[in-house]
Amino acid sequence: MPTAPDAASAPSGLYVPGYVRDHDTHPPLDHPGYRSTALRHPRRPPTLLPHTLTEITAPVLGEDRVGEHDHDLTRGHDGEPQGQRIIVHGQVRDSGGAAVPHTLVEVWQANAAGRYRHTGDNWPAPLDPHFTGVGRAMTDAEGRYRFVTVRPGAYPWRNHRNAWRPAHIHFSLFGRAFTQRLVTQMYFPDDPLFFQDPMWNSVPDPRARERMLARYDHDATRPEWALAYRWDIVLRGREQTPFESDEEILEDDE
Amino acid sequence: MSTHPTTPAQTVGPYLHIGLPWPDGPYAVAEGAPGAVWIRGTVYDGAGEPVTDALVETWQADPQGRFDHPDDPRGARSHPGFRAFGRCPTGADGGYGILTLKPGTVPGPHGDQAPHIDVSLFARGMLHRVVTRLYFPEEEAANAADPVLNSIGDPDARATLVAGAAPDGYRFDIRIQGDGETVFFDV
Repeated sequence: MPTAPDAASAPSGLYVPGYVRDHDTHPPLDHPGYRSTALRHPRRPPTLLPHTLTEITAPVLGEDRVGEHDHDLTRGHDGEPQGQRIIVHGQVRDSGGAAVPHTLVEVWQANAAGRYRHTGDNWPAPLDPHFTGVGRAMTDAEGRYRFVTVRPGAYPWRNHRNAWRPAHIHFSLFGRAFTQRLVTQMYFPDDPLFFQDPMWNSVPDPRARERMLARYDHDATRPEWALAYRWDIVLRGREQTPFESDEEILEDDE
Repeated sequence: MSTHPTTPAQTVGPYLHIGLPWPDGPYAVAEGAPGAVWIRGTVYDGAGEPVTDALVETWQADPQGRFDHPDDPRGARSHPGFRAFGRCPTGADGGYGILTLKPGTVPGPHGDQAPHIDVSLFARGMLHRVVTRLYFPEEEAANAADPVLNSIGDPDARATLVAGAAPDGYRFDIRIQGDGETVFFDV
């Protein structure tokens, strides 16, 4: 890649390849089944933003953001939390199949009884003095991450009559570009609560919903210690550049 | 290219404060650093009520228009003491604040872009983030020539992207829906 300082002053502008747009994957912002969307969705259609340098870059967050035990939500207290200990691991890739290495993954979740350590969560389920429910990890060179935690419980909310959220873990990912930023939720297989959950059902394509689902991973399950779940995450990939296409054509000619 | 379909987004939910805020999140630059400016604003919903469970994130170039990132074809360049990324949850009054440096001009595909900050908004009740851009009120000539601003036909809508001046920086309110609705981008 050119690094000459003169490249910055090219008068014709600086074109950079953007990221694939993946509208079909995501839920709509206006989703009446989730009542809080009513006053929190824009009415004006979004304006198309071409991907420039600001959109294809992102903070390069180092290991200094993550403590040695931040990936283990069962540590850092005087004792072990209540509940089923689990390992949650997987690989972060982009839609082109490339691993997304050295990127920050943040998680937060309810405890085994389905209660969050948050002033806004007051339903009559116990808090656990040994569980905060926050974790952080960096993906390794192959884009892999790993957390140790307890399986979160389901919890009620007031969206509709007898509404319960399926057990889930919140995930936040940065990727390597502003366009790749993703906040989502990981769900567990065979949860009986999906049918009435507007978050799960807000994703229009049933096949896309399945991509929020971890699978039980017996190979990664540690004997006499913890069950494992695997959840791979796919962020948007880079569009091919015309330059690269030209190169391919030349190679074909050879 | 899209051989692997992407993972869907979901809302941050009402308990985002457990997992997302950082103690140093609002400080893209340290207090007292030369040129530091506060960007403050309030997030409003469609009823004009402040949104108290949102998170604002900012991403931008440094004052020279450079990024500390390997995908910048001009080369990665760090600006000591500057993170270029800010993150702040809204408070009980719907307000947020990020201390940063004003970005420089950033080249775009059709010439220079006016100085700008990319802003992401996450909230309970939003099934994915929305993205807007902040432009600077004193950059009238650069704003008038900016291709992104010029892609917005309605001048009132365009004006929602230009911050107001404040004694210690800038004011940038975000209106999710209704009167004065902020322009959001398809990124």
